[in-house]
Amino acid sequence: MSLISAQGVAVSYTGRRALFDIDFSIDRGEIVTIVGPNGSGKTSLLRVLLGVVAPETGRITRAKGLRIGYVPQRLHLDPGLPMPVSRFLSLPSRQSPQAMAEVLDRVGVPDVAGQNMATLSGGQFQRVLLARALLTRPDILMLDEPTAGLDQPGVAAFYRLIDEVRHEMNCAVLSVSHDLHVVMSASDRVICINGHICCEGAPQIVRDAPEYRALFGLGTGGALALYQHSHDHVHDDNCDHDHTKDHAHHAG
Amino acid sequence: MLDDFLMRALLAGLAVAIATGPLGCFVVWRRMAYFGDATAHAAILGVALALGFQISIFIGTMVVALIMAMVVATLAGRGWAMDTTLGVLAHSALAFGLVAVSFLPNVRVDLTAYLFGDILAVSRVDLAVIALGSALVLGLILWRWQGLLMATLSEDLAQSAGIHPGRERMVLTLALAVVVAVALKIVGALLIAALLIIPAAAARNLARSPEMMAGFAMSIGAISVYGGLQLSLAQDTPSGPSIVVVAALIFLVTTLGAALVQNRSGR
Repeated sequence: MSLISAQGVAVSYTGRRALFDIDFSIDRGEIVTIVGPNGSGKTSLLRVLLGVVAPETGRITRAKGLRIGYVPQRLHLDPGLPMPVSRFLSLPSRQSPQAMAEVLDRVGVPDVAGQNMATLSGGQFQRVLLARALLTRPDILMLDEPTAGLDQPGVAAFYRLIDEVRHEMNCAVLSVSHDLHVVMSASDRVICINGHICCEGAPQIVRDAPEYRALFGLGTGGALALYQHSHDHVHDDNCDHDHTKDHAHHAG
Repeated sequence: MLDDFLMRALLAGLAVAIATGPLGCFVVWRRMAYFGDATAHAAILGVALALGFQISIFIGTMVVALIMAMVVATLAGRGWAMDTTLGVLAHSALAFGLVAVSFLPNVRVDLTAYLFGDILAVSRVDLAVIALGSALVLGLILWRWQGLLMATLSEDLAQSAGIHPGRERMVLTLALAVVVAVALKIVGALLIAALLIIPAAAARNLARSPEMMAGFAMSIGAISVYGGLQLSLAQDTPSGPSIVVVAALIFLVTTLGAALVQNRSGR
């Protein structure tokens, strides 16, 4: 049985359609990456799966007692709220100092427990967010552009860390990204969206799919790592290119 | 002991400070300052209705404050510009309340008591209601503490942990309405927001965790009540504003102190 699934889901914000015709599911232990340009509905998909927004049509099914470890893209801390790292890790449930020390050690920031969240660097902050998610013993880690603001080596190290902890904890990983040349190698499945699911499948298959190329403007197959894919591709809002989701590259 | 009006005033003030401390922290963290103002100003309309229908002032102010808080929360959820919406609602409610009071036949109401508080006139029954209301608010906040904190930090993060941000917002709205109703007698409708925000803001300068901040806010509120009453007694100043003046002075001291410490460690 899948952990979370969506059938025929559409999401709108004040009349604007962000997502439509979304069929999706993720199984235990799977790594799935959602890619798409800015404004394509990546974060909306994550939010509807989390339950933050209700689907306009369709339905979301979550496994009973599902524990979600959510790592948001950003966390705005009000300067009026003093928040030491150790206190943050005790949300939503209290944690022992040993458990906190262990998980901070595991994510590579062993010395920050006493610091205020506001004084952390971008990389440390992201790792603390991950540490808090891990403390909830999640069945699924959900990461929204977790490496935004990290430099290249930082991104690679962060994804290596995710890959390690998911083996240790046997949890699924659902991440949203646009820097896919790093993500892709570790993913079981890549879903390319732009309002709807354009194509999905194993990383290599998606990379070679015409829909993906059209979306990211990649002309040279295989040269992915050299490519900083641009986000200025032409892809009409009304999605007039007529393709079905069940094309040859659908993952089996 | 309760026969002494000063003792009753002090106890009532302390009871309110215990509730406004932690609630005020959430008002600061969630930037609800103006929201608190609007709710408090609506209390005057509640006073008018309570006098008109001859029901308890506590009930009247609480119901109107609650309605106001829910209207504001609903409008905010629909994407209305918050400062404009609150500005319109807060001052309209105050104006309607003041006009409504003047229509009441056979009632000569001392409005200043409701606008600025009349802590020295707290009766035994008042004291019991204030203590009960404050205990209710404090209990509610302690009970929901983790969820409230998480929803304040990030609604998405809260949702992922199975905490409904909307429910936590409702808890705060309810707590705010109760505090407005019980604090009306202490500092009055115009200064309730000050009692929520100033001790919490002063506590921010000293605290290193959310719990510390709530505790300090309680203590600073309590000191302000005691100091304000003494000031009022010694100088014959109005008691409600005197309490707020003491709180503001404490805020000044902790802010300057924090700036000094930061300057030193920065060098």
